[in-house]
Amino acid sequence: MSDDTNVIDQETQDAIAIDRAKGDFRFPENHKFDAGYGLNEDTIKYISNVKKEKDWILEFRLKALDVFESKAMPTNWATEDLNNIDFDAIRYYLSDGERPKRSWDDVPDDIKETFERLGIPEQERAFLAGVEAQFDSEAAYSNVKEDLEKQGVIFVNSTEGLREHEEIFRPYFGKVIPTGDNKFSALNSAVFSGGSFIYIPKGLKLKQPLQAYFRINSENFGQFERTLIIADEGSEVMYMEGCTAPQFETSTLHSAVVELVALKGAKIQYVTVQNWSSNVFNLVTKRGMAHEDAEIRWIDCNIGSRLTMKYPGVVMKGEGARGEVISIALANNGQHQDTGAKMIHAADNTTSNVVSKSISVGEGVSTYRGQVHIPKHLKGCKNNTECDALLINSNSRTDTYPAITVRGNQHVTQHEASVSQVSEEMLFYMQQRGISEGAAMSLAVNGFVNDLVREFPMEYSVELKRLIDLEMEGSVG
Amino acid sequence: MTITEIPSISAEQPATLAGAPQWFADVQSAAWQTFLDTPTPSRRDETWRFGDLKQLDFDGYAPAAFADSNDIDIQISGLDNTSAQFIFANDDLVHAEADLPNGVICLPLADALQQHPELVQKHFQQGSTKLGSAKFAALHTAHLSNGLFVYVPKNIEVELPIEVYHIVSGDQTASFPHTLVVTEDNAKVSVIDYFKSSGEEAGLVIAMNELHAGTGSQLSYSAIQDLNLASKIIQINHTTSERDANAKAFTLNVGAAWARNESLSKLSGSGANSDMLSINIPAGEQRYDQRTFQDHEAPHTNSDLLYKNTLFGKAKTVFSGLIAVADGAHYTDAYQTCRNLLMDDTTEANSMPGLQINADQVKCSHGSTAAAISDEEIFYLQARGIRPRQARQLIARGFSVEVAERLGNEALENLVIEYVDTKFETLS
Repeated sequence: MSDDTNVIDQETQDAIAIDRAKGDFRFPENHKFDAGYGLNEDTIKYISNVKKEKDWILEFRLKALDVFESKAMPTNWATEDLNNIDFDAIRYYLSDGERPKRSWDDVPDDIKETFERLGIPEQERAFLAGVEAQFDSEAAYSNVKEDLEKQGVIFVNSTEGLREHEEIFRPYFGKVIPTGDNKFSALNSAVFSGGSFIYIPKGLKLKQPLQAYFRINSENFGQFERTLIIADEGSEVMYMEGCTAPQFETSTLHSAVVELVALKGAKIQYVTVQNWSSNVFNLVTKRGMAHEDAEIRWIDCNIGSRLTMKYPGVVMKGEGARGEVISIALANNGQHQDTGAKMIHAADNTTSNVVSKSISVGEGVSTYRGQVHIPKHLKGCKNNTECDALLINSNSRTDTYPAITVRGNQHVTQHEASVSQVSEEMLFYMQQRGISEGAAMSLAVNGFVNDLVREFPMEYSVELKRLIDLEMEGSVG
Repeated sequence: MTITEIPSISAEQPATLAGAPQWFADVQSAAWQTFLDTPTPSRRDETWRFGDLKQLDFDGYAPAAFADSNDIDIQISGLDNTSAQFIFANDDLVHAEADLPNGVICLPLADALQQHPELVQKHFQQGSTKLGSAKFAALHTAHLSNGLFVYVPKNIEVELPIEVYHIVSGDQTASFPHTLVVTEDNAKVSVIDYFKSSGEEAGLVIAMNELHAGTGSQLSYSAIQDLNLASKIIQINHTTSERDANAKAFTLNVGAAWARNESLSKLSGSGANSDMLSINIPAGEQRYDQRTFQDHEAPHTNSDLLYKNTLFGKAKTVFSGLIAVADGAHYTDAYQTCRNLLMDDTTEANSMPGLQINADQVKCSHGSTAAAISDEEIFYLQARGIRPRQARQLIARGFSVEVAERLGNEALENLVIEYVDTKFETLS
């Protein structure tokens, strides 16, 4: 890591420093429960015991540990940087043992200040239907507007979800993303804690989004939240997540599993703005199951982290289901954004769309990996994939690795990718009109992602533009 | 004639080529060791993703005894006018004729190794095999007994193509054809390899071709693969283009039960241009697996890849392409297009068009499509009195012809279209 940062010029460093300033602070650790360093059966029993979990969950966790240990690192296709994760140097569970607070006033002062500095309660008052704020392993605060609760909306953390609403969540838990899906989904299944379990009842269309905010406060801590959203028939929900961590000396691991289930005619939009500090390994498995006429959209923006590996997927299980991934990635010095999409068509007349735009700045590396799968005996499936990459500096790097399987002749797929850079002419044109070179570059980059940024909720798109401006500062020359 | 039992190709180290220089014997021995040391491809190898690993069991395949080659029934269907024609039956030269400009060397590899050992050594296997078949490339080299060496000196242009036929005959016969083509500064040549079977028995071909296009030269290479439906082939291509060179590598696949093509084009000099073209028409149970690599090492280089697959019956194709633009290879233009035309509901097309860009001021794009002929297109032709069945054939033919037209040689273009038409006839 330090090798990479050495080569950043001062200007860029300053730009990044400004950007991180908002999230780069921490409070002293005050944990009642700490599972210690390293991972073994005792760690898992400890976590399960603290959470007072039922036996089947402990069994689920222990089985997952076996799977995790039996699976090799996927370095046959992914970056060797994964080998730098020291699983023994990570702390897998940290909490103060308190239940999530329903009232903001009850939240401990340092945690409250953390989230206030990040602007969370303010946003809730402004426009959110519900908020959950996770601090290390557990939610510190969780609230959903009263009238929604009365209508049957469930918005709790994973522990509570499996304890209080087992009949709703258990049938889908681990079904969209099985434990053995990959090494990191197995790791999450073994040590998961926190995250959001959400149920939206039949026909209910949430006008305001639900939000979760994930925060890592402790060094060498691994955050493994688990999210499961079930949208019952005909319902609609938008869920947004944000995340930050202070800049520690050592690397930190974040490995989430997010499962979405959209039942007949339901619609789920899942928005992520990922701005982890640049020493976080962000290895996330996200997948949705769309039943008949349902729609799942992943709107994903990756700006932070050291290495992100994330390929949101949609399994289109029912006829007429739709899946979409809108992805923006910005890789700066020392960062690798390895993102993409998986579209699995499993019923007739299903449609999927992937639009990915990546920007590589300085020595940043961005990678697109995609999978489109249309099996035999289906008809009328359509996929469209577009990936565009923008390279800012001569040492920037971008890779694209899609994989498309089509069986049968009643489908249409198309994949297109392009790589380009901001042209001299464009910069010259703007400079002539009195815009500085840096500002011109920012404008050009914002123009490149503009059509995707508009897909984000307004507050997020403003924030995103600002983040891109900051990241671009000092990148010219 | 005594019949001696020849061991299976992977069972024991074959004898090195008789009469070849010592360096070549060393290369062959080292290759055998590499073959033994290199693990067999597995599911975890990205270069074999979607690939058919069970095809790699070559147990029981053995090289043919040379004495039999004169009995092989040879049918060729190539160009009317050529500057040279060589026919190998089970790697044994059975026919050679050539009318070439002075200075051009065009010899069976076994002879070239004796007459021009330094020249062959300078160019033999200078490239690496990184598209998945390193083990089989080594096996090829260890067993290598013949092939063709073409050397065109500075400023000499060979107008008519050189044809090389590789005929495989006999049950479980393995053949290891090798074609090495070198063009010096501003030279020009076109070479066509044909891979054919005699009879209906299962053969195995592990072929390699190496193309070195020197400064400002024009090198065109075509492989026409028309093996019987019981045979398998691995074909490994390595092209290097120096400054301002123009290289063209084309593959037509209509035959074989399973064909694996690995094509790597390295652009090592500024101004170099590489065209990579392929027409594939698998039908029935045929499986084609193609891996390509456009390796831009120098700035101001162009590459353009166009692969078109027309799939019938239960055919399955895999296309995996990668464009790599090295550090500092600025002002690169690289394009990659793979198009799949799905003619039946039981076909399967896999595409993995990849990009790895480490430079800026590049124009790179890749596109991959998979679709059937649209009803509108059929309707358009129907409205003009053409029956739907015929309309489909016309459209499918036109789909392949577009690639043939880029070959830049009318006679070759017509020949390729002939092969395409012959294949279509067997399907209707």
